[in-house]
Amino acid sequence: MNEYFEFLTTELIPGFKEGLWTSIVVIVPSALLGALIGIVAGVLRVYGPRPVQRITEAYVSLFRGTPLIVQVFFWYFALPYIKFGEWSLVLDPIEAAVLSFSLCSGAYQSEYIRSGLGSIKRGQIRAALALGMTLSQAVRNIVLPQAFRRALPGCGNEIIYLIKYSSLASIITVNELTGMANTIAKNSWRNIEVFCTLGMYYLALVTIATWMLRLLEDALAVPGFERHKS
Amino acid sequence: MSAIDIEKNGDVPMLEAVNLVKTLGGNRVLDGVSLALPKGCVKVLIGPSGAGKSTLLQCLNFLLPPDAGHISLEGRRVNGGSKRELCAFRQKVGMIFQDFNLFDHLSALENVRVALIKVKGMSKLEATERALAELARVGLKDKATLYPANLSGGQKQRVAIARALAMDPKVMLLDEPTSALDPELIGEVLAVIRDLAQLGMTMIMATHQISFSASLADEFLFMDKGRIVEQGSPAELLGRGSQSRTQSFCAKISELTGVAGEACELGDIKA
Ligand SMILES: Nc1ncnc2c1ncn2[C@@H]1O[C@H](COP(=O)(O)OP(=O)(O)OP(=O)(O)O)[C@@H](O)[C@H]1O
Ligand SMILES: [Mg+2]
Repeated sequence: MNEYFEFLTTELIPGFKEGLWTSIVVIVPSALLGALIGIVAGVLRVYGPRPVQRITEAYVSLFRGTPLIVQVFFWYFALPYIKFGEWSLVLDPIEAAVLSFSLCSGAYQSEYIRSGLGSIKRGQIRAALALGMTLSQAVRNIVLPQAFRRALPGCGNEIIYLIKYSSLASIITVNELTGMANTIAKNSWRNIEVFCTLGMYYLALVTIATWMLRLLEDALAVPGFERHKS
Repeated sequence: MSAIDIEKNGDVPMLEAVNLVKTLGGNRVLDGVSLALPKGCVKVLIGPSGAGKSTLLQCLNFLLPPDAGHISLEGRRVNGGSKRELCAFRQKVGMIFQDFNLFDHLSALENVRVALIKVKGMSKLEATERALAELARVGLKDKATLYPANLSGGQKQRVAIARALAMDPKVMLLDEPTSALDPELIGEVLAVIRDLAQLGMTMIMATHQISFSASLADEFLFMDKGRIVEQGSPAELLGRGSQSRTQSFCAKISELTGVAGEACELGDIKA
């Protein structure tokens, strides 16, 4: 046990500290961008003109229907070979990871937003239009705030998933938590300690995120839209 | 509009619809409906379920754009194709729905205020003041902070009325404003509507409250199968000895509900 604590304080914590920071640099922008993409795509799927609905549907099917690791490889390894005239786009590992996670997360988020939008009674839009709002004002001021509250538990779950699948970034050489853990494990051969501790780090991240999402849900709660206490 | 203009426009109806046609799902739900609402008059739409009353009211403010026919407000024809014009028109035409359609995530105050801010561009302060005044008018000033989930049906409908009135409409369209209410809550909503009529608001209301509307209406419009088949003052249509379809329809309703009976007896019918 003592041995473990020494290993923990001298090797793991310092090593994970850097990895943790990198994980956060990947997770936070991916979660925010993913939510934004999800909201835009979700709204377009419901209220957009037909062709736009088709395009967003296709986006969602593509990104939900292919393995995330394939998407990550595509953005990191394949994108540089696609020529836009003279140009090609080369992403560094963190950029490629954030792009993949945002697009994938956005596809799932849009599902929750879409069903949230569907749960708002059409009559409220009619009432908003009857007051002289444009459709876009009605969607922004009346439908979205309600749909967002209804979608929040689902969207929160997706962010929890995102925290966990962010570990895939290690495969394209991002030295986030999992990448760091791999390096330490290779050098120390103390696999049990390394990976159990790694698990604890993710558990802590997920716990903090869950708690923050609760706070957000409570802050947005109005009668009729409370969090379902379980 | 100046006093002189009003004088000049004295005979131009506030709201006029000419030959409205609407087909829904292959059904000709409105089959050439024309009506005129002079300033300050109250017309009541009655008729069997499926007659097209709700469809007509929704066509009047283009929530359902009519397939043919046209609509004028104070003599000016509304161009339903222009978004800008539609929004301006709808501000002047208040609508009350059977199931209230309050915005569920907003308090009573915010429900009334939101369009003042977003549509009329009022400051938050100004809008709040106006909204509170409208809530006071429907007797709900002390419920301003409550959310729809915590309001009774009658209170919800009164908030919806306050919300519409805050926009300073020139006409109100009411689609069965009390049909979704428990009997003991109907009275408080009808009282608000009666006040409005007495203040000279131009209104058209679909309803099954025969007795109430007979005491209020300048004219009854009886609709069936997408047409207005009878129209006239309550006294003409419901008076003793009248053979009108309106009369027999009302008698049928009163048999079912047992309340409209005295109305058909011409209790306090507006002549
Ligand atoms: N979206 C739609 N598609 C097809 N048919 C419709 C649609 N909306 C309404 N209808 C039909 O149009 C007819 C008129 O409906 P409407 O709701 O205007 O009647 P109403 O007079 O208001 O009846 P009620 O007293 O039951 O409210 C009905 O036969 C209805 O089935
Ligand atoms: Mg109806």
